[in-house]
Amino acid sequence: MVEVLRHDVVIVGGGGAGLRAAIAAVEADPKASVALVSKVYPMRSHTVSAEGGAAAVARADDSLEMHGYDTVKGSDFLGDQDHIRYFVEQAPRELTRLEHWGCPWSRNEDGTVATRAFGGMTTKRTWYAADKVGFHMLHSLFQHSLRFDRIVRYDEYFVTKLLVDGGRVHGVAALDVREGVVRAFLGRAVILATGGAGKCFPFTTNGNIKTGDGMALAYREGVPLKDMEFVQYHPTGLPGTGILITEASRGEGGYVRNKDGERFLVTRDYGVGTKAELGPRDMISRAMMRETAAGRGVQGPYGEHVWLDLTHLGEERIDSRLPFVRELAKTYANVDPVYQPIPIRPVLHYMMGGVDVNIDGATSVPGLYAAGETACGTINGANRLGSNSLTECLVFGARAGAHAVHYARGAAAPDEVRARAQAEDEAARIDGVRGAALGDEPMSRVRADMHATMEAGCGVYREQASMQRACKELAELKERGKRIRLADRSKVFNTEIVAALELWNMLEIAEAIAYAAAARKESRGAHACSDYPARNDAEYLHHSLVIRGGDGRPRLDKKPVTLGIWEPEERKY
Amino acid sequence: MSGQETKTFVVTRFDPDRDEAPRTQEYEVPVRDDWKVLDALNYIKDEIDPTLSHRWSCRMAVCGSCGMQVNGEPKLTCKTSLKDYGARVEVGPLANFPIVRDLVIEMEGFMERLQAVKPWIIEAKEAAAREGPHRQTPEQLDAFKQYSMCINCMLCYAACPVVANEPHFLGPAALALGHRYNQDSRDAGAPERHDVFRGEGGVFSCSYANECSEVCPKNVDPAKAIQQAKLLNVLDWAQSFVVSRGGK
Repeated sequence: MVEVLRHDVVIVGGGGAGLRAAIAAVEADPKASVALVSKVYPMRSHTVSAEGGAAAVARADDSLEMHGYDTVKGSDFLGDQDHIRYFVEQAPRELTRLEHWGCPWSRNEDGTVATRAFGGMTTKRTWYAADKVGFHMLHSLFQHSLRFDRIVRYDEYFVTKLLVDGGRVHGVAALDVREGVVRAFLGRAVILATGGAGKCFPFTTNGNIKTGDGMALAYREGVPLKDMEFVQYHPTGLPGTGILITEASRGEGGYVRNKDGERFLVTRDYGVGTKAELGPRDMISRAMMRETAAGRGVQGPYGEHVWLDLTHLGEERIDSRLPFVRELAKTYANVDPVYQPIPIRPVLHYMMGGVDVNIDGATSVPGLYAAGETACGTINGANRLGSNSLTECLVFGARAGAHAVHYARGAAAPDEVRARAQAEDEAARIDGVRGAALGDEPMSRVRADMHATMEAGCGVYREQASMQRACKELAELKERGKRIRLADRSKVFNTEIVAALELWNMLEIAEAIAYAAAARKESRGAHACSDYPARNDAEYLHHSLVIRGGDGRPRLDKKPVTLGIWEPEERKY
Repeated sequence: MSGQETKTFVVTRFDPDRDEAPRTQEYEVPVRDDWKVLDALNYIKDEIDPTLSHRWSCRMAVCGSCGMQVNGEPKLTCKTSLKDYGARVEVGPLANFPIVRDLVIEMEGFMERLQAVKPWIIEAKEAAAREGPHRQTPEQLDAFKQYSMCINCMLCYAACPVVANEPHFLGPAALALGHRYNQDSRDAGAPERHDVFRGEGGVFSCSYANECSEVCPKNVDPAKAIQQAKLLNVLDWAQSFVVSRGGK
């Protein structure tokens, strides 16, 4: 019999958005009990890997209007402007709260918080803690959360199903990885905050845990995924591993050079204008691809790359502002950036798309919320500006937490009998899969083929033929995914079954990405189609929705963009 | 750049449902010369033996998941280059922890110790967001910054001779994090952490072997934090003695 645990709000994921939501929920309702259910200990969450900073207006030469406009323009006018306005208004308050909770922001001499330049931002508005901002934010949030005894953690629990009854969410079923048993977590509201799905791709900055779990949970219950075609390639990843070298390295003055040492973002017209190395990520990634295609890349052991040159910054500045970059370059690329340029190439980094939510984080299923990279609100539109996402986790994590607890207070209690029955079914499904030879194929081969499909079909540049091929291959891969050969029958800490469940999640998300991409016959932000190179506002100034049909196949729909503050214009820097 | 050779990995296996005690299993792995230990474990998992259990995620030395004993020393496996090792590499779970399975250790003891040091800002008076950020000079930040770099990877617990022998010891990472907040100009919580720092398993249990600081992959130097905390507690004690004698 499945054990039932009861809370008011169940939060899935313990990274930046999930922790912020949990704190907001217990602050908003002094009696609420919040379950924080995470497949890893919260401080392992991928927020930890963010490096460069978090954006919020802080200086006299800046304004909310400028942060809003930069974000809208960065989004190639696909961001919802009411969400963006709320986001920029709340950003300074949220970063201040994090300061009060102990985040060790870097400081100016007078003790005020220091800010740095970032891509696509008009002025210095990115708060930082050297180049370990995600790490410090995550640990500050996590350690602060420990003071609330009404936040009850369930570490290393993998949520495998939403319990939905009568059209409303009533909790989740989760596999206790440690014990190998499924438990039911009843709650009148559920917040999904599991991050993105970068591991659908082979070459990514994302950690192993970024497998689109929350997106897949919502998608399977009929919640639309929005703007999935927009995946961000970060310009500066290390070849081979894909390890992130922060944009702050350019914010601090680093140069990008081709094999001839030429600063091609300055000498050639790639649309970034005088911003040069501080152009937005989509444009710089494309510029790098075009440089290598033109024969000006450097041949390395892991394909072609260009250079990130920090040598002119000097050892003192690198050690004070970019110590992690130095450590990463030495450890993973065998170069010391004080003396040598760092080999870099575009690397998959972030999903602009995600679970369709309104400004409160609410989805189409009553009681179900999402925040952070899992959600698509949307402030990022077709291309996110660097340092907006950490702030987004805080602003919209807090709002989702407060709204979820408010909703929970007024909602009817879950029907325990039916919720338990659903969890029993889920437990039986998991028991049936664990260690089962569902077919002949090793899981790692299906995963590798999914990676190859996504790289070929949904890379920096796409074309109709490659995207259509990806759609077809993903349908086949989903079938192959059902026939993998599992071998680990142990219940205790069985990472094979977790990986299988993650693969099935990724295949759903990958298919949604490919379908949304193939349907958008224009180029906008990160979605660059070789056969449709221009933006087409007349036909495509709308969000795309992917809805899972009863047959498991994606169905496409669309949704208007909220404009009204900043008029769409040509995106030129 | 990317030559290949084969190394033998001697990996600890333990499944509490089947094994009485941990055992070892050998795997032959073709390794590239730029691989880390973690790359070899992932190769084993994907290509040879899907039943091997280990924790990992970021593979860039910041999430703290993949600490293990490599040839008997605590290491972050994603940061440990295989080229520094010979033809046989022993990989086991971190020392001084109960084993959950294979290379996975029991973390709960640490989580309780972390909670015990109250690793959060305890303000004299809670600030409202509208008051804006506190001022903190670069010098004030430097007083605790190094101790805020802990990734909770547990290598220091695996290295510490006191942890091995004294079950109540809070250990290097937890004490360094408690000290980090005591040293933060925004924090007024030292009196609340006082008893746990001075009590059984607190800073005075540390024998200053310095092993923790030697294995720390992030140069946190928990040994220095604990020595500073000892000194502050001794001064604190001396001062309270003076005050109480002269007070009334």
